[in-house]
Amino acid sequence: MKILKTLEKYMEDPSLELVASGHRACQGCAEVLALRMAFKVLGKNTIVAMATGCMEIISTPLPITCWRLPWIHVAFENTAAVASGIESAIRILMAKGKIDKKWINVVGVAGDGGTSDIGLQALSGALERGHRLIYICLDNEAYMNTGVQRSSSTPYGASTTTSPPGKKSIGQSTWKKDMPKIAVAHNIPYVATACPSYPFDLFNKLKKAKEKDGPSYIHILSVCPTGWRIPSEMAIEYGRLAVRCGMFPLYEVEDGVYKMTFKPDTLIPVEEYIKGQGRFRHLTEKEIKEIQQRVNSEWEKLNKLCEITKP
Amino acid sequence: MKRKGIEVSKAIAEAAKLARVEVVSAYPITPQTHIVEHLAELVANGELEAVYLNVESEHSALSACVGAAATGARTFTSTSAQGLELMHEILFITSSLRLPVVMVLVNRALSAPLSIWCDHSDVMAARDCGWIMLFCENGQEAVDSLIMAYRIAEDKRVLLPVIVNVDGFTLSHVIEPIEFPEQDEVDRFLPPYEALFKLDPERPVTFGAYGMPEIYTEAKYAQEMALVSSKKVIKEVMEEFGKRFGREYKVVETYNMENSKVAFVSCGSINENIKTAIDLLKKDGLDVGLISLRLFRPFPSEEFLESLKNVKRLIVVERSMPQGATNTPIFNEICALIFTRKLDLTVENYIAGLGGRDVLPQEFLELVVNPPEKDHGREYKVLGVRG
Ligand SMILES: Cc1ncc(C[n+]2csc(CCOP(=O)(O)OP(=O)(O)O)c2C)c(N)n1
Ligand code: SF4
Ligand SMILES: [Mg+2]
Repeated sequence: MKILKTLEKYMEDPSLELVASGHRACQGCAEVLALRMAFKVLGKNTIVAMATGCMEIISTPLPITCWRLPWIHVAFENTAAVASGIESAIRILMAKGKIDKKWINVVGVAGDGGTSDIGLQALSGALERGHRLIYICLDNEAYMNTGVQRSSSTPYGASTTTSPPGKKSIGQSTWKKDMPKIAVAHNIPYVATACPSYPFDLFNKLKKAKEKDGPSYIHILSVCPTGWRIPSEMAIEYGRLAVRCGMFPLYEVEDGVYKMTFKPDTLIPVEEYIKGQGRFRHLTEKEIKEIQQRVNSEWEKLNKLCEITKP
Repeated sequence: MKRKGIEVSKAIAEAAKLARVEVVSAYPITPQTHIVEHLAELVANGELEAVYLNVESEHSALSACVGAAATGARTFTSTSAQGLELMHEILFITSSLRLPVVMVLVNRALSAPLSIWCDHSDVMAARDCGWIMLFCENGQEAVDSLIMAYRIAEDKRVLLPVIVNVDGFTLSHVIEPIEFPEQDEVDRFLPPYEALFKLDPERPVTFGAYGMPEIYTEAKYAQEMALVSSKKVIKEVMEEFGKRFGREYKVVETYNMENSKVAFVSCGSINENIKTAIDLLKKDGLDVGLISLRLFRPFPSEEFLESLKNVKRLIVVERSMPQGATNTPIFNEICALIFTRKLDLTVENYIAGLGGRDVLPQEFLELVVNPPEKDHGREYKVLGVRG
C-alpha cells in the first residue's frame, strides 16, 4: 500500500515533472527515464550541473529547454568541478546571509564517459574535498552522444564504433571499470548503484543521498536501445536482466558498509542478458562463458564485501 | 588610504580581500603562488570571509568559478602559462555564459622548453577568448586594476570576465610602496555582486544550452557586441576610480607623446624600461613617446588612433613569438587599423623579453637611433637572439 502511494506520488504528481516531456531522446531511452525519476525525488529545491552528452543535447536546444530546475551545462569533463563551485557559492552566500539558510540540493550529472574517463579527475577532486553534492553517473556503457564509441565503462566484448569486433578483435577488450568502487575509495558517506527498471530502489537511494552531509555518488545503469541495438520497448526488461544475472548488482555503500539492496535468489545466466543485444551478437559461447566466470567472481567478491563490512 | 611596502603578489591578494571575493578557486603555479598562498592565509585567519577551494587542476579552478559565479558569488582565480592553457576550453565558456569571473594572470612563458619566467605568450595564446584584458605596469596598477575589474565585470551592461595581466617575477615578486584604499571606500565603489540571472530554485534558468546553426551566429554576435561596448563602461569605471581614489587610468596611456614623431607601443612592466630610455633620449634633445595599452581586449582602436598625434614611426615591442604568423599579435592589430584608416606611418616589429630575458633601457634606446635590420626573411626582428 505504502509502495503504491509512493509510486502514485512520484509518477502522477505533475509538479514533480522537473524534466519536462518534449525532449529529443530516442524512443525507449532509459537514460532520460533515470533522469526524470531521480529529480522526482530530489525535488524543486535543486540546482543541476550537467556534462556534455546525450542528456544535455536532448534537453536544451537553444532557445528551448526541458528543465524546470536551475540548470547549467559548461563542458564535458568538469561537471563535478562546476557543482563544487555551486556548492561553495551556496555555502558562502548562506554564511553571509545573502540567501535563505535552507539547503539547496546540488546535483552533478554526467554520462559514463563524462564520469569514468574524461571527468574522473574533477570528480575525484570534488569527492575528496567533501562537498555536499550528489553526483549521478548515467551509465549507458558508451559515448552515445557522439555515436556509440567505447568508454572505460563499456562491458567486455561489446561492439562499439571504436571497439569493433573483427578477425583480430573481440570488440571491447577490457573489463568494465568499477566506478562505484572508485567512489567508495574516497571514503564518502554514500555510494549506490541503481537502475530505472527498479524504481523504488532508485527512489530510496536518492532519498538517502539527499540527506547526506557530504558527497554521494549514484551510478545508474541506463539502458540505451540505440547503442545496445535492442528493440526500443525492451529497455526496462534489459535493465532487469542486467541486475538479475549479476552483471549490474544493485547495492549501496553507506559509510563504508556494503549492502545488497536487491538480491536475486539465484542469478540467471548472463547469456540471457547478452543474447538479444546487437552489441554482443558476435560473441562465441566460449567468450560468453568467460564473461559468466568473471560475473561469478565479481558477485562473490561483492557478497564478501557485504559480509566483512557488516557492522 | 594606507601606504605600505609590500610584495606585489601579496598586495594583489589584499586587493582581492578589499573586493570581498567570496569564492577563491585556484591551483598553484609559479609565479602565481604567492597570491593564492596569501589568500589562503587571509581565509584561514578569518580576515576574508570566503570559500577557498583547493581544486585539483586549473581546469577545475575555472570550472568551479563558473559554477560559483552562476550561483551569484563573487569569484577570484589566478594562474600562469600552463595553467591558463589547461583552462583554455573553459575561458571561452566563461565569457559566453556572461559570467563576471576575475582572474589575475601572472604572465609566464609557455613550455617548451619549460620556463617559469615572464613573457606574454600565455595571454596572447588566449587573446580571443572573449575576456576583457587589462595590463599593468606596476604594483599599484595591479591593485587598482583588480578592484576596478570587479566593477567592470559585474556591471549589468557588461557581465563579462576580466583578466588582469601582471608580469611574472619582474612585477609579481618585487616589493613596492603601494597605497591601499580603505575598506569602506572600496565598498562604496564596489557594491556587492547582484547577478542578473543566477542558478536559483525560486527562478529556474537554463545556462549553457546548445546552439543550432540558425542561432549560433546571433549568440556569438550578441556576445561580441557586449564585449565591444564594454569599453564605454571600462572608461567610466576608470574615471570614477580616479575621482574617488586620486589615481587616474586610461585605456591607452601615453608618455611624452606631445612632440614625438617616433613612439613605442608596448604593454606590461617592460614599459618602465622604455620610459627610462625615453627620458635618456629626451636629455639628448630627442622626443620619443610611448603608447601603452592598458586595455587589450576589447582593443581600444579609437583611443589608440587618437594617441598617435604626430607620430610617423611606430616601434612595436612584444613579448611573444608569432609562431608562423607574419608578425606579433598587437603589431598585426595596429597595422590593420593603420591600413584601413589609410594612415601614413611606418611600423617596426620587435620581439624581446622572451622567457624572462631582460631588456635594458639601452636596448630600447638603440632601437630608436640605430634600428636593426629585420631578421632574414622575416617581417620582424628578435632582439639579441643568437643564431
Ligand atoms: C573535451 C571534449 N572532448 C570530446 C567531446 C565530444 N563528446 C561530447 S559528448 C561525448 C560522449 C558522451 O558520452 P557519455 O559521457 O557516456 O554520455 P552519453 O552521451 O553516453 O549519455 C563526447 C566524446 C567534448 N564535447 N568535449
Ligand atoms: S542514444 Fe541512447 S542514451 Fe542517447 S538519447 Fe538515444 S537511447 Fe538515450
Ligand atoms: Mg554514455
